Amino acid sequence: MTDLTALTLASALDGMEKKRFSSAEITDAFLAAIEKANPHLNAYVVVTAEQARAAAKASDARRAKGQAGPLEGAPLGIKDLFCTEGVRATACSNILGEFTPTYESTVTANLWRDGALMLGKLNMDEFAMGSSNETSRFGPVVSPWRRGNEDAKLTPGGSSGGSASAVAADLCLGATATDTGGSIRQPAAFTGTVGIKPTYGRCSRWGIVAFASSLDQAGPITKTVEDAAMLLQSMAGHDPKDSTSLPDGLPDFRTACAKPIKGMTIGIPEEYRVDGMPAEIEALWAQGIEWAKEAGAKIKKISLKHTKYALPTYYIVAPAEASSNLARYDGMRYGARVAGKDLVATYEQSRARGFGAEVQRRILIGTYVLSAGYYDAYYLRAQKVRQRIAEDFREAFKDVDAILTPATPSAAFALGERSGDPVQMYLNDIFTVTANLAGLPGLALPVAVDAQGLPLGLQVIGRALDEETVFAVSAALEKAAKFSTKPARWWT
Amino acid sequence: MTELDVRSARADQLVAGQKSQWEIIVGLEVHAQVTSQAKLFSGASAAYGGAPNAHVSLVDAAMPGMLPVINKYCVEQAIRTGLGLNAEIQRVSRFDRKNYFYPDLPQGYQISQYKSPIVGEGEVEVEPDGEDAIIVRIERLHLEQDAGKSIHDLSPNETFVDLNRAGVALMEIVSRPDMRSAKEAAAYFNKLRGILRALGTCDGNMEEGSMRADVNVSVRRAGTREWGTRCEIKNVNSTRFMMQAIEYEARRQIEILESGGAIDQETRLFDPDKGETRTMRSKEDAHDYRYFPDPDLLPLVLDEAWIEQIRASLPELPDAKKKRFVREYGLSAYDAGVLSGDSDAATYFETVAKGRDGKAAANWVSQELFGALNKKGLELSASPVKAEALGALLDLIKDGTINGKIAKDVFAKMMETGDAPGVIVEREGLRQVTDTGAIERAIDALIAANPDKVDDVKKNPKAFGWWVGQAMKATGGKANPAVVNEILKKKLGV
Repeated sequence: MTDLTALTLASALDGMEKKRFSSAEITDAFLAAIEKANPHLNAYVVVTAEQARAAAKASDARRAKGQAGPLEGAPLGIKDLFCTEGVRATACSNILGEFTPTYESTVTANLWRDGALMLGKLNMDEFAMGSSNETSRFGPVVSPWRRGNEDAKLTPGGSSGGSASAVAADLCLGATATDTGGSIRQPAAFTGTVGIKPTYGRCSRWGIVAFASSLDQAGPITKTVEDAAMLLQSMAGHDPKDSTSLPDGLPDFRTACAKPIKGMTIGIPEEYRVDGMPAEIEALWAQGIEWAKEAGAKIKKISLKHTKYALPTYYIVAPAEASSNLARYDGMRYGARVAGKDLVATYEQSRARGFGAEVQRRILIGTYVLSAGYYDAYYLRAQKVRQRIAEDFREAFKDVDAILTPATPSAAFALGERSGDPVQMYLNDIFTVTANLAGLPGLALPVAVDAQGLPLGLQVIGRALDEETVFAVSAALEKAAKFSTKPARWWT
Repeated sequence: MTELDVRSARADQLVAGQKSQWEIIVGLEVHAQVTSQAKLFSGASAAYGGAPNAHVSLVDAAMPGMLPVINKYCVEQAIRTGLGLNAEIQRVSRFDRKNYFYPDLPQGYQISQYKSPIVGEGEVEVEPDGEDAIIVRIERLHLEQDAGKSIHDLSPNETFVDLNRAGVALMEIVSRPDMRSAKEAAAYFNKLRGILRALGTCDGNMEEGSMRADVNVSVRRAGTREWGTRCEIKNVNSTRFMMQAIEYEARRQIEILESGGAIDQETRLFDPDKGETRTMRSKEDAHDYRYFPDPDLLPLVLDEAWIEQIRASLPELPDAKKKRFVREYGLSAYDAGVLSGDSDAATYFETVAKGRDGKAAANWVSQELFGALNKKGLELSASPVKAEALGALLDLIKDGTINGKIAKDVFAKMMETGDAPGVIVEREGLRQVTDTGAIERAIDALIAANPDKVDDVKKNPKAFGWWVGQAMKATGGKANPAVVNEILKKKLGV
């Protein structure tokens, strides 16, 4: 029998539709795979096996009655940042204790509406702050990928490391993730998977634990571009409960994947050629340009001249918002409380013990940049630079239909290798933060492996609300790249 | 730059210190709860009362992942208020977060409008009792959330938190420092309350905390132009306390300055029991609120047509009403002011005055009714005598069923029992006697019994009053006074 877990979302849905297997069967296959792999990969922090089996059974019944939704019976993993009714949601932070929401996030509710089911909650960096999944209260996620024959544990990237690792290791058909500065695209690039951060406002933030409200966006991590289009189709949509949710209707993303890119113009931003970038990544980028040309696209050099300020800007705006968003975790109404001798001591101890070092660092940075006397120099200035970065893109998109960049400045690194140097860690997001600052859709897809056998990815950035072009260009590159390498299942 | 210092105190408003005369400068920040079914950013009920934490949504409790969504009706109420204050409605405004930790503030920040309020500059004409009208300028009006309530007195070791109020919409209305006495401040506050009540944007209920003020007070030597350092007195919830607090605070500041000291800019509390203000926190303890635009909310962009629609639906406001009462009912400016200042009073008055004598209606409402309610400590809305009943009483006077004196007795009984005046008149047999025969008989009996007084009144016309009184008494007060006068004059030959 075929390995059901190795299927793409599209082929699995097709298989269920053609009655080759049931949702119950594929769900069982995933649960069995998780049981074997999770002790090694630590991708799931909660496995909801019973609920998944019950949901699969109910899904099969719906399909039998001809009531199948677009994702009917598809078992998915859900990042722990999403509030899931009756299932613990902690953002992988100690401060949330055993918090179990009484409500379901809009994005996951949309998935269940369309027939999908949950296998469990996925590991991540605490409050989505990190690029290596090493800040989780549940410990780091291990990538299924290894360097050559070494058995050093590699990072799957972060913050959506659990989502990326689970998809790459065939522990779900697809996963939800979130991206504030690159948290979908960087882990996707590190694990040979596809991840899209849609236009800001496409996916409702209601019920997603907030990190930086003006930057946070949900999106899927999947095995193929088409799968990403299908999952995003269900996740996205206007939600009156989120004031920043866009009222615009959704185009058919899956159809967009088949759109030819002949005649399109692809922009290549000079500023993304950074110092110290590995030759392999340079070469990969050049290869991507060739593939685009071969598919009939025109190539145009463009300038996004404020790119070099993007990372510093991000590390002012995101912590500023986070310092305020995380104020609600005070140990009073839910989550973990460490009682002190008085109110202030209780606040201090609950937050000192509840938040990890990276989260504390960002709360401190954020509090500092918003403080009287520093606000203008940091926060206000950063907002102005953010405007310039958005203008750069608006200007560029007058001439081009999409922008092609590398997804990350390097391949995956080993756990512990960079955790001592926060600035080194922050540099991971150098190619991805700009899309967050400008609110644009960005997709990372795998196109090659490096000399050590690790996947490398490219990023396609599109105009606001033009995910269709992003999908079309990405699908064309995916087709040309024929990336099919899978990590060896060393844990079985 | 707006000129702040636009007026000087009148001589009679100056306060004498040991060494010199002082001018008091007052500005108010009034917090008015928006009349609305639901809170500002959550669908939870904004009703007053209810069991603790009965009106709390996931948003109000700051559960993870919850987001605010602006209540359009609250925005409409703020616009309506801005229009009522002759103020500039800002086409684009935005919400900011004011960050601080406190158990009754679950988010750890209050959503307010810091840099761009929804309403800009406006003005209010205020007429303190017996003084010339002054203009108090409004600096701004902004929308913000109320906090919850910390309850410290239920347990010696614990504090309880009730989030029913958390997230309720408030309008903060900030005046310029344009008031020069406690009386002016109180008059401004009352005027504002009247406008908000007429607009229906705040019920003005001070006991439930629907309206409260932070009072900024400073003093300067008469004739000088430089501002003194101000102190802010927090959360004053009645005009009586406001006046006491301003007077106390001004004296305190004058004493310090005259003895060579300096005023510390600080936040103070008024203690109504002791009638004094005391330090709540000094400038050094002032919070750094780290205001920044709330990224969960888009800028508030107002549609011109919507503003015009609201403008067209504005009710008549106290100033216009006052002018109309003078014009239409012939009231004195004073009576018109008293009756137009509060929308309930105005509606009551107009119900009584409709089809009747306006001046008489005004007298009955502002003298008899308000006096009686005051004595009983009742609000107009709780009056046992409804406007229709008072109108019926006036009709009984007009058609001669009872005279004015009896009417006051009937009114007192109406206040006691809530019965209709006609019912009381019939039950108590108070119908006016206009039967001349009966009155003549009573007067004849009086003359027969008091021959000495008959001589008296002929020498001394002032004694006539005694005869009138006796005649009224003899008829149980029910005699028509005009008829009594006429018969007495004839019979006594005066």
